[in-house]
Amino acid sequence: MAQIIIKGLRKEFGAFTAVQSSSFTIEDGEFFMLLGPSGCGKTTTLRMIAGLELPTAGEIWIDGEEVAQKPASQRDIAFVFQMFALYPHLNVRGNISYPLISQGMPKAQVRAKVAEVAQILGITDILDRPVGGLSGGDRQRVALGRAIVRDPKAFMMDEPLGALDAEFREHMSLELRALHDRMRATTVYVTHDQLEAMQMGDKIVVMNHGVIEQFGRPQDIYDKPATMFVAEFIGSPCMNLLRFDGRVAPGATDVTLANVPLTIPRQHDGLSGPMAFGVRPEHIQLTTDGAFRAEVRATEYLGTTQIVTLRTAQGEVKARTGSEHRIGVGDSVGLGFDARTVTLFDATSGHALRSDLNAGVLENV
Amino acid sequence: MSDVQLTGISKSFGAQTAIRGMTMDIPDSSFVVLLGPTGAGKSTTLRLIAGLETPDTGDIFISGRSVLRDSPAERNVAMVFQQYSLYPHLTVRENLAFPLRSPMLRTPEPEIARKVAQVAEVLRIPHKLDNKATNLSGGEMQRVSIGRALVRDPAIFLMDEPLSSLDAKLRADLRIELKRIQSDLGATFLYVTHDQIEAMTMATHVGVLDAGHLVQFGTPREIYENPANLYVAGRLGLPRINALPAGIFAGAPAGAKTIGLRPEHIIQGDGKPAQVVRVEHLGDQTRLHLQLDGHDVTTLTDPHSALHPGDTIAIQPRAALYFDASGARIA
Repeated sequence: MAQIIIKGLRKEFGAFTAVQSSSFTIEDGEFFMLLGPSGCGKTTTLRMIAGLELPTAGEIWIDGEEVAQKPASQRDIAFVFQMFALYPHLNVRGNISYPLISQGMPKAQVRAKVAEVAQILGITDILDRPVGGLSGGDRQRVALGRAIVRDPKAFMMDEPLGALDAEFREHMSLELRALHDRMRATTVYVTHDQLEAMQMGDKIVVMNHGVIEQFGRPQDIYDKPATMFVAEFIGSPCMNLLRFDGRVAPGATDVTLANVPLTIPRQHDGLSGPMAFGVRPEHIQLTTDGAFRAEVRATEYLGTTQIVTLRTAQGEVKARTGSEHRIGVGDSVGLGFDARTVTLFDATSGHALRSDLNAGVLENV
Repeated sequence: MSDVQLTGISKSFGAQTAIRGMTMDIPDSSFVVLLGPTGAGKSTTLRLIAGLETPDTGDIFISGRSVLRDSPAERNVAMVFQQYSLYPHLTVRENLAFPLRSPMLRTPEPEIARKVAQVAEVLRIPHKLDNKATNLSGGEMQRVSIGRALVRDPAIFLMDEPLSSLDAKLRADLRIELKRIQSDLGATFLYVTHDQIEAMTMATHVGVLDAGHLVQFGTPREIYENPANLYVAGRLGLPRINALPAGIFAGAPAGAKTIGLRPEHIIQGDGKPAQVVRVEHLGDQTRLHLQLDGHDVTTLTDPHSALHPGDTIAIQPRAALYFDASGARIA
């Protein structure tokens, strides 16, 4: 298993730059997520690590060796696409053995290795079944087995759960993560689903338009987004961004928005001009008085909580509150913001302003 | 707009029974969502009301009048499908006007213009009226296909998973839009989906279907807080309710086979020891996957919880639901 270091990696397709100069490190044994919307460069990045695309510039270090210009066959990496790609004419054992037999491994050794992998995946009892009649879950386990059996240095997975329905996907993501916890193999996983990334990843790289927006632990990215893109891409509903023209000085602990002074974490940067006040839905309280006013546009019941959509002078805001509060459409309410959690953004560049809240995390961006 | 009643409806396709003795009242101006997995009978119910299928037994009333002998056109229902099928060579305006130009309706042109303008306003697409239908985003296309149903003033709107092909953000926006449109028009909606979020957030009434049976019908809050059986309890709520042997905690009523514990109804601090297997930081909350006497249990905790796999915590139930051996709710 291996550490993977990416330095100044860049990919151009003709005049189009798919991945701008990118650098990050994937530690040995990490479950690492490449997250972003379609076309952001995440799959291209994965394919460059695997050796399926050659980078235009930059370095890729796998287990201490620079491999950027080496073919995939020399990198000892297993690639898991949509997990359903099995050989239909072979049984389960035949499918899992295939990579070993094609490497010329002796028969007895293959048998032992396949038995071990089947044990890990809990599919020992179906080894001699044809793959045709298997359930979706078992087919995925077999496809995984074929990747695992080679003991590669790392696994590359490109939206492996993308085609599944929500319920089964939840189940497989837990199983996949549990498997990783047993094997501790370095895994790089591409997804456009922020919840999947938060749920499964040890670390996340958030990409947009070929640029790395943020890199870090899921909870840090959620609490301390580095850019407005990250703030809006992570979370469901996403972070509210109240846009306004304002001014903060370094050291400030409040900001004036729509003539209402609001407390914020102590600021390290100063800014005057277009900015955005970022606050997560669960950090908004609805009050009867309160100077910052809003009108309730919709409520959505979700069991213990509800999402309240509000209209304010700064645009639409969503709040998450307990469903025991009865709130009517058309009600006028005051909004309170949990001051410790607020991030201010420079609305021109999209970057977060550094504060006591996020400075520790933003240094690493 | 109208109320719709189904009484004792059954429908089989060969040996396959799709609907079993369904009786349901869809009140005037309500937003009824039928929730169930694939094969539960959701779409068949819509098709029976639309007149695209004939029931084996039972009757269907629209505004108090049996419509079994009426053709689909005579029933005056409007259907919206999952796949928006717009006429690609026509503009948005022409697509919206199309149903009104049907030879059966003979709508005068000024009336058509008025209706189209009104619906475009409701859907917030007046600036797109002269675009080609193919020149729209996915969300706009689905709004136009909903609009084509809206221009007609039908007795009831029948919607078959109209949002399921859209991406998550757009779905969230259109959920609110649809709810607003329904309540602004005072229209009667019957909407089928397998998505519990859509059911909880939009419905005035949810009907839960299990293999052709309507097992419970009520407000989203009633269904969530007071499920009739274990199946219903498992249809609403994310993460799903934990179903454990009733004796695992003290205090189970006589005859209880299963205790149903929603993840938020597990209190930490006192009670039985459980091992932390996995901690998922989802941002607004943290999910804990626990092992309790050999059973998987999922619960929620503080977003910044310092718990790690391998830790042991004590848990006990709050507001538990109890079910008997048949799955029926007993307490």
